[in-house]
Amino acid sequence: MRIETYFTRPGLDGRSLGPSQIIARALSEPLRVEIVDVVLTDSILPLSLQREIFSDPVVQGIAGGPAPELALFSGWDWLVEVAYRPGVTDTLALTAREALDIATDGSAQERLVQTARLYLVFAEDAGRDALKRAFRPLWNPLIQSAVFISRAEWEGGLRLPELYPRVELHDPLVPEIIDIAALGDSGLLELSEARLLALSLEEMRAVQAWFGKAETIAARAPKGLAAAATDVEIELIAQTWSEHCKHKIFNAWIEYEEAVPSGQGQSRESIDSLYKSYIRATTEELRALRPDLLSVFTDNAGVFAFNDEYAICVKAETHNSPSALDPYGGAITGIVGVNRDILGTGIGASPLFNTDVLCFASPSTPDAEVPRGLIPPRELLAGVHRGIVDGGNQSGIPVAAGAFVFDSSFIGKPLVFCGTGGIMPLIVNGKPSWEKRIEAGMLAVMVGGRIGKDGIHGATFSSLALDEASPASAVQIGDPIIQRRMTDFLLEARDLGLYQGITDNGAGGLSSSLGEMAETAGGIRIDLDACPLKYAGLSPWEILVSESQERMSLSVLRECAEGLFALARRRGVEATAVGEFTDTGSIELCSGGRTVGLIDLEFLHRGVPRLMLKAKWEAPHIGPAKLADCGDWTGTLLEILADPEVASKESLVRQYDHEVKGISIEKPLTGVERDAPSDGAVLKPLYGDWRGLTVTHGINPRLSDHDAGTMALAAVDEAYRAHIALGGDPDRAVALDNFCWPDPVETPVNPDGQFKLAQLVRACRSLREACLVYGLPLVSGKDSMKNDAFAGGRRISVKPTLLVTLVGIIDDVRKAPSTDLLEAGDLLYIVGRGQGCLGASILERVLAARGEGKLGPCPVARPAENLELYRKLAKAISGKLVRSCHDLSDGGLAVALAESCLGGRLGAKVRLDDLPMSGGPEAETGIPLAARLLFAEDPGRFLVSIRYGDRERFERSMSSIRCIGEVGGEPRLEVSLGGRTLIGAALGELERAFKTPIVQGD
Amino acid sequence: MEVRAIVVSGYGFNADAELAEAFRLAGAVVERVHLSELLASPQRLESARILAFPGGFSFGDHLGSGQVVALLCRRRLRPALKRFAEDGGLVIGVCNGFQALLRMGMLPNRDSGLGGGTWTIEASLVHNASGRFIDDWVEVEFEAGSRCVWTRGLSSRSLPVRHGEGRFMTRDEASLDSMEAEGLIALRYAKGDNPNGSERDVAGICDPTGRVLGLMPHPEAFLIRENHPQRRRGNRDRPGIELFEKGVGVARDSS
Repeated sequence: MRIETYFTRPGLDGRSLGPSQIIARALSEPLRVEIVDVVLTDSILPLSLQREIFSDPVVQGIAGGPAPELALFSGWDWLVEVAYRPGVTDTLALTAREALDIATDGSAQERLVQTARLYLVFAEDAGRDALKRAFRPLWNPLIQSAVFISRAEWEGGLRLPELYPRVELHDPLVPEIIDIAALGDSGLLELSEARLLALSLEEMRAVQAWFGKAETIAARAPKGLAAAATDVEIELIAQTWSEHCKHKIFNAWIEYEEAVPSGQGQSRESIDSLYKSYIRATTEELRALRPDLLSVFTDNAGVFAFNDEYAICVKAETHNSPSALDPYGGAITGIVGVNRDILGTGIGASPLFNTDVLCFASPSTPDAEVPRGLIPPRELLAGVHRGIVDGGNQSGIPVAAGAFVFDSSFIGKPLVFCGTGGIMPLIVNGKPSWEKRIEAGMLAVMVGGRIGKDGIHGATFSSLALDEASPASAVQIGDPIIQRRMTDFLLEARDLGLYQGITDNGAGGLSSSLGEMAETAGGIRIDLDACPLKYAGLSPWEILVSESQERMSLSVLRECAEGLFALARRRGVEATAVGEFTDTGSIELCSGGRTVGLIDLEFLHRGVPRLMLKAKWEAPHIGPAKLADCGDWTGTLLEILADPEVASKESLVRQYDHEVKGISIEKPLTGVERDAPSDGAVLKPLYGDWRGLTVTHGINPRLSDHDAGTMALAAVDEAYRAHIALGGDPDRAVALDNFCWPDPVETPVNPDGQFKLAQLVRACRSLREACLVYGLPLVSGKDSMKNDAFAGGRRISVKPTLLVTLVGIIDDVRKAPSTDLLEAGDLLYIVGRGQGCLGASILERVLAARGEGKLGPCPVARPAENLELYRKLAKAISGKLVRSCHDLSDGGLAVALAESCLGGRLGAKVRLDDLPMSGGPEAETGIPLAARLLFAEDPGRFLVSIRYGDRERFERSMSSIRCIGEVGGEPRLEVSLGGRTLIGAALGELERAFKTPIVQGD
Repeated sequence: MEVRAIVVSGYGFNADAELAEAFRLAGAVVERVHLSELLASPQRLESARILAFPGGFSFGDHLGSGQVVALLCRRRLRPALKRFAEDGGLVIGVCNGFQALLRMGMLPNRDSGLGGGTWTIEASLVHNASGRFIDDWVEVEFEAGSRCVWTRGLSSRSLPVRHGEGRFMTRDEASLDSMEAEGLIALRYAKGDNPNGSERDVAGICDPTGRVLGLMPHPEAFLIRENHPQRRRGNRDRPGIELFEKGVGVARDSS
């Protein structure tokens, strides 16, 4: 039967506003949409029970019989009902079932429960095809079905389904035998492609060779296994060897060569693993200086000490491919996924804050410019944003900081970076919390959601380019509530000592989590029959690799198991023993009462052949710059303020909960009207301690058009600079590196792979250089190496992008400044020396839209020169000399001034005469001095305001500073050079430009 | 005298840690108790003088905010909750906790008189008029003539709000008129600061005993002055802890 819940009066349901606007905009006519919530079940419930469970009697009714026709909403023209396709997680249905369970004392167990959302569309003239197109943002055909019924069809007797199809599988439960020995090269490649293994010929040959070894055959015989492989084994190897899990490119041998300018030959370098040479080596070098580092390299996330009692861990991931297919589900799964990384760090940490950095093509990209088969950026942004809102808010984890980046290269794949920081006591039950025990004889226990077909091949899929045939089963939808319940349970069990080791189930599912844990223990036997399933009919290999969400894996001493299972029952969380850790040196997989797989751990984890790659760098030609002096630059500033990357994201950011937990000090938005951007977050994690955390980001993919090395330097500098601006301790920060690259492996379809790999090499070198200077250990990181799409017959690759996330300590949160100006009469200073380079700046982008040319070279961060200045500024902040501090980034000094004035709702008078600048004069650069002073995005600089009376003390304590003006006067921003006005704008004008909606019509 | 407070947790409530901290700062002895433990042993309520339902997304708010927790409490905890209220215990629900109290009928529970009451569901918190979740700080004013013991004498101040379903609604105007007349409105958003379209700017209500309070703003997320967005501008607002101090004080005097 259908249970339809509706609001009794129009206008009561705020949810209908968004859909009404979306459909009205698409059909270009004013119209109204109302939402009816539908529960479908195979059993009959009395109306009184329906009302009690599914409605709020004050504002809602339950439609009976053939409604909604009989309900208040007569006069609709279309019914549109959207429901999940079979097998896609329907979180509402799980709750509906639980509610039925409560109301009927447990008798709902065998009931089928589904949900759907019914839209009543009041639009007389809408045709079916136009309406279907209009509904696209509300209906993702990949995971949802939609039924469209017109008024005429309804009157002709057409009705909505009483139930939707469910998963009915009749796959054989026995593993398939794959006679890998008999395959030639083409057969091996066909096997890899047909099963979406994403393995190369060389890798397939290595698999074949291992199965053919005499020892392998001898070990298999006693277990009743033939020499041929089973599909379970092949899938296990493919998951473990995926780029996603094994980071083959970062571990490759690389021959790097570089053309040296003016024909002086070439420079070459052989690199034995980028990871070892540049990432790991950096952290190892810094380790001696950083006794606060507790665990790096080995766990889900790096761990460092916060104070004498607590440790912090932090991790960031990307969820690009899933978000390209299902923006909402992809983003929500990204968040709850990285939350699990934290929950699975050490003996289990509690998620403390989230971060999100999102890269899209411009949301105003016309649909006609979006290649076929791709979701328009406006819809991607809306869907991903909604996923982050739901994922973070429902988990009760504040979004501390984030960023939005817009660049046309992200039209093929958006970049969705999700990060989480966690906290745990240093000592749990007498043992260091950052260590786990996984030993032979312990039980392997799976906790949380059940296993279904959702998310099969996520790990291997993300190692392939996106195309129109990308599999829907690779998409999962996370459920923050099930995860929250699991998290509460696990932290309780942790403190009671009911388990000994923990890790998360992410990409690769059990194959990856138990596969990793088995390495510590020395082996494992997994009983695939014991794994709880959402529905019958999964093949053993699917059970092993499914990425169904909200699951963790534990190692549990036998004497603890009973207590663990009892607590799980009381908390309504499923926990099941699915195997036993052993010391056999192998992974044994059992199904149907027999062994269906036996893979040697050494081969599994270290048998993947190392890639040998070539990288070739040739610096791109950067032409001379030419720009006319337009005298008054106010209009240009207003245009830059309206650029989506600079413009206010308040409407998006206000939908993130950043106050939950009561730990927020510096918030994403700041100032008198709480509408100016801050430089990052300051949190106070412990109620009884003034010590805080800073959370900041650095990301600048535009610079990769010049040099990915410069891009990486800028990213580190930006994140560290913001940490300093927030009052952070210069010696107590850690960094995360997240690389998102276009495929850097040369193939016939990827002819410039060597160049992209050279970009990666240069980015890694620069990352190391900057981190060593700033003393930033790289405590965790991740790489996503196939951010390409094939659509509309072309290959679209993202700009090489490094996101640096920085988490640092501030000793007393009361000292953290903010970006907004505080009081009239304060003095304004610029801290740091400029280069005045405008290549790859926002100004260049804004002018390009007007048809202007490029603006020459880009600025290059100089960490070694900046460090001393940063330390002095940190000291001045700590000594309470600084009233406001804003790091200069996108849009340069002019944008920083505008934002700081807006934040304080105070004017400023600024003179830019005699500012020291290290670049050449105008004649050399081809760009007017005014533009360089106003808009250059040279790293290493801050805009600072101080009390007039602190002038001498401040100037004595600093270097490379210049007083440029004062706060107050008219509510205007006035900037002059040599007596000439460069910018003159009322705060109201700046505000209007800054608040230009980044999504048109929003 | 020691005042014991129980802060409910579990099932997707998520603001229980800061709520517990707020009561601790206000001088109570606090215990966080998973709702499943209360359902299994309702007698645990007997040791406490204050029961607090925190913010969050219990059961994902999937069938309506607070709906499934309310169903659980109505079905499995009602006698114990009634006894707790009749014995003069104090109850507070913040945000999701407020939504749950309304859906249980523990608020406004207008016929409760000296406790008890019929738990008729009379008011509702629906989706914000904007259709969007909102996180912001808004100016809140406490009603001078309210019966609420938690808010008596509090001065207006900024408090954080963060919710998608906070629009206060009654069945009809008359119902709201009589709630006003009976002194059941405990706090309102200041004019122009209503974040969700609530009728007559209502931000929180109490029952006729004044001891049961539900509110959408989060006083427990304003633990210290430094939580306030104008922390650097010498804001004069007193932290939200004051509200909890009032409640703990009343509980202490009445026990």
